[in-house]
Amino acid sequence: MGIAIYLLTFAILLAGLYAVVAKKNVVKIIVGAAILDYAVNLFLVLIGWRTVSTAAGAEGGAAPILAAGQSGRQLLASAVDPLPQALILTSIVIALGVTALMVALALRLHEKYGTFDLENIRRLRG
Amino acid sequence: MGMELFILMLIAFMLAASLIAIETRDLLSSVIAMGAVGFALSVIDLLAGAPDLAITQVVVEVVSLILLVRVVTAREETQPVPSDALRTAVTLLAGGIFLAVAFFAFGGAGGGATVPPFGQPVLTSANPGVSADYLARTAEQTGASNVVMAIVLDYRAYDTLGEATVIFVSILGAYAILRRVGRRKEARA
Repeated sequence: MGIAIYLLTFAILLAGLYAVVAKKNVVKIIVGAAILDYAVNLFLVLIGWRTVSTAAGAEGGAAPILAAGQSGRQLLASAVDPLPQALILTSIVIALGVTALMVALALRLHEKYGTFDLENIRRLRG
Repeated sequence: MGMELFILMLIAFMLAASLIAIETRDLLSSVIAMGAVGFALSVIDLLAGAPDLAITQVVVEVVSLILLVRVVTAREETQPVPSDALRTAVTLLAGGIFLAVAFFAFGGAGGGATVPPFGQPVLTSANPGVSADYLARTAEQTGASNVVMAIVLDYRAYDTLGEATVIFVSILGAYAILRRVGRRKEARA
């Protein structure tokens, strides 16, 4: 089960990579870059995922947030890994900045060349 | 097990939505399918014990959807743009090699996995590293009850300052690219 989850995540990553490399429409390339980003974030979240065995059977780990009266040691026994989450939080927000910049460049290209097609944009140069 | 199956189904949904986003001819549909991928990711975050990520993902998704819908609807572009055959072939080849390497790295063929198996993060291994320390001692060291926020805002506050700088610079860059005031008149060909 675990390996199937990881391989599907990589399949999403490859779909994004395919769009970035092979598509000729600027909007499709932006969408592909965003999908690539989602796949990497998903993979890092899953790296921190934890299966906890309880009396009721195996279940997913808890969020790394202290409940009232809970000690850090108790949290350590049940919570998922907080470190990847902290780093992904940064990554998600930076992805927004990157998308905004790419969108601005796409708008500017369309303003100058009147098309989103990279082939035509290359032909029009000079 | 039930949760893992549910997450697997959500990831399959993400894969399907991203393929639709990449292959559909209508750019507006493409952008909206991309939004579906992001919202499914947010649900997975929620299930995987990352509520902070789920909230941030929804907010970021809404903003980037607005930006992309703005691009797609303000411009007329109806001609379908095909993808490059050679580059498609090269990507498929590279993707196949990548997936095969990943399969073996995760111990798919029964050999020793070089990556921690699913469900057992580094945290639970014999050498748990810094994550275990964060979980066990955040309350006494920082007084915060949310460990993720304690890492972002206390332990690694300089990282967060750098992130804020990146956001500021990228928004400034987008403004500089899009502004009309002070731009030289372009020669009309």
